Amino acid sequence: MPKQINVALIGNPNTGKTSVFNALTGLNQKVGNYPGITVEKKEGICKLPRGVKAHIIDLPGTYSLNASSLDENVVIELLLNKNDKDFPDVAVVVSDVENLKRNLLLYTQIKDLEIPTILVINMSDRMAYKGIQLDIPYLEQELQTKIALISTRKNKGIDQLKELITNYKELSSTPCLSASEIDTEYFDKLRKAFPNQLLYKLWLVITQDVNFGKVDRNEIDAINSFKTKGKADLKRLQQKETIKRYQFINNTLKQGQTIDLKTAKDLRIKLDRVLTHKVWGYLIFFVILLTIFQAIYEWAQVPMELIDGAFAWLSEWTQSILPEGVFTNLITEGIIPGLGGIVIFIPQIAFLFLFIAILEESGYMSRVVFLMDRIMRRFGLSGKSVVPLISGTACAIPAIMATRNIESWKERLITILVTPFTTCSARLPVYLIIIELVIPEGRFLGLGYQPLTLMLLYLIGFGTAIVSAWILNKILKMKSKTFFVVEMPNYKLPLFKNVALTVLEKTKSFVFGAGKIILAISIVLWFLASYGPGDSFNNAEEIVTVEYASENLSSEELQQKISSHKLEHSFIGIAGQAIEPAIRPLGYDWKIGIAIVSSFAAREVFVGTLATIYSVENDDVDTITNRMAKDTNRTTDGKLFTLASGISLLLFYAFAMQCMSTLAIVKRETNTWKWPMLQLVIMTAFAYVVALIAYQFLK
Amino acid sequence: MKFTLADIKRGQQGIITDVSSIHVPLKLLEMGCLPGNSVELVQVAPFADPMYLNINGTHLAIRKETAIHILIEISNA
Repeated sequence: MPKQINVALIGNPNTGKTSVFNALTGLNQKVGNYPGITVEKKEGICKLPRGVKAHIIDLPGTYSLNASSLDENVVIELLLNKNDKDFPDVAVVVSDVENLKRNLLLYTQIKDLEIPTILVINMSDRMAYKGIQLDIPYLEQELQTKIALISTRKNKGIDQLKELITNYKELSSTPCLSASEIDTEYFDKLRKAFPNQLLYKLWLVITQDVNFGKVDRNEIDAINSFKTKGKADLKRLQQKETIKRYQFINNTLKQGQTIDLKTAKDLRIKLDRVLTHKVWGYLIFFVILLTIFQAIYEWAQVPMELIDGAFAWLSEWTQSILPEGVFTNLITEGIIPGLGGIVIFIPQIAFLFLFIAILEESGYMSRVVFLMDRIMRRFGLSGKSVVPLISGTACAIPAIMATRNIESWKERLITILVTPFTTCSARLPVYLIIIELVIPEGRFLGLGYQPLTLMLLYLIGFGTAIVSAWILNKILKMKSKTFFVVEMPNYKLPLFKNVALTVLEKTKSFVFGAGKIILAISIVLWFLASYGPGDSFNNAEEIVTVEYASENLSSEELQQKISSHKLEHSFIGIAGQAIEPAIRPLGYDWKIGIAIVSSFAAREVFVGTLATIYSVENDDVDTITNRMAKDTNRTTDGKLFTLASGISLLLFYAFAMQCMSTLAIVKRETNTWKWPMLQLVIMTAFAYVVALIAYQFLK
Repeated sequence: MKFTLADIKRGQQGIITDVSSIHVPLKLLEMGCLPGNSVELVQVAPFADPMYLNINGTHLAIRKETAIHILIEISNA
């Protein structure tokens, strides 16, 4: 079998690199992590002509080979390390026809590494619209490469690209300019000191702290015959290098590209006049957020009801076909309700991911960054903090990783610390079930009370994040340079395929990630709830029968009392009652207590836990919500879920730090346990106090 | 008087004459913010900060505190 061709996709952000990846690999792709770090690694297999296969890596988007973030570092480390198993046989640099000038900078750097390179010019369907004409043969000659002019939107040119990859051995690997001319003397010395190394590689190693293969920075410093320069000198040289590259690019494009401004049309200016307007811009942003929450609520109702019914039916059906026994009970009372508790939220979570994907793909997110920067800076954040805060509504983990492009460390740290306050999708199931129980239906100005409550909870989350950022900004004493550069990409109609793949991928990893934990916890919980120590559990039937002998209960009611009694004296009941004194002032009983404790694995476990507890207690096949609605509070004898206890619970979940994965990621991104531990203690204590006040006022 | 990028008005176009390599991040240079390149103000956020610019065909936004380290010459009044 012939060896697979290793292909690396490289390019600036917003060039449609991921669309090219999707076009080449289709569904043959998987997303993982680079070992030891949390940078997303996307790879896939592409079938090429004549039975050849290519292994394709979609590297993180970068503007140049001078890394300023962990994600960009991945690109350099791979390209500098010939021994890496993913080291590319051929590099495919993806560029956007409208930003060719800037995109070519990265291209000239890759060429300096002497890797065979193909230049992809994407979005060619926009050329006529923008009045752009290209002299491809001239560009191929000047840039020492083969060019694939493609359009992922119109699905054009992909076959030509595949053909070029197949014949990668015919590609030139000579650089297209000699960057070392910026300081001949200096680079000559460097070449003499390391005759066997590529000059540009050495230069990259000198100017940044990247280690690769055999030579690292210390080794260069250790050689006496060669002195590296001071930081300021190096910076000046880097500037010279960049100017040199742009001179080459400008000259090449002057001949190879003509832009007829008369025929060029610009939608950007018209749209930006409204979307980044001082008043309209903010108003539109607010309306978009409002629409998203209304949609999550209303559109998802139908599929959710179907799923709910399906799981109740599945429980019943399983019970009817399996022989009676412990194992059957484990499945019908433990596993199925536990999983059902999470599967039901797939529609809403998918909608959330869908909206976020559309905002990102269309280029609108950058406008939000632009609009919000000034306001966010007042609170010690950056305009770029808006992206983590918004994508935090999906999950805090990718959101915290998305802080990597914030240039100032202080702004970045504050963003990391406050992001867990935003309402993540794991809180959504908890909110939805409690809102359903305690908030009345009915409408206000055409909007339902329930969606409005949900919107309010999201606003509370954002609000708390912002206020805590302001406090942190005052407390934290650290100096760091603040840079802020954000590209404002062209508006694009999101590609259906890209959006669909993102939603599929994210929803899948949410369900399977949470599913594993929930499955494990529901099994453990079921055992703890189905067994108990001592007489009061084992002789429950006798005890209850004697106790209620005078009351003349029907056998059904008696059965109900027995189950409750058993549950209260099971292992979990005993544990729950031990913690009950601590949570009684908040309006909760021991069942909610257990659900809260198990939520520290992940918040969404709350629903699964309650589902398992309630189905062990009650054999009737009924939806979880109905069972919860019927439950009574033993101390007050009223309903367990009232407006007071419901609001208290909502607020507790809004503020408490209950996610081990988030704590782990914060530790990884800040390199110390100090920050995650502070988050855990302060957020949870704050949640307790607020929930306490809310319940005591409302009850 | 030196004219910096922070002084540019909407609709004005200029040419970058000097960029302080100490105060301006390499990333911005790499996006085309270099001496000799053209610059135009597209839109300003409230309080004139950040600034949404078109530099050498690349659209980007930077803060005023960075813009004061970029010298320009106005090419149209």
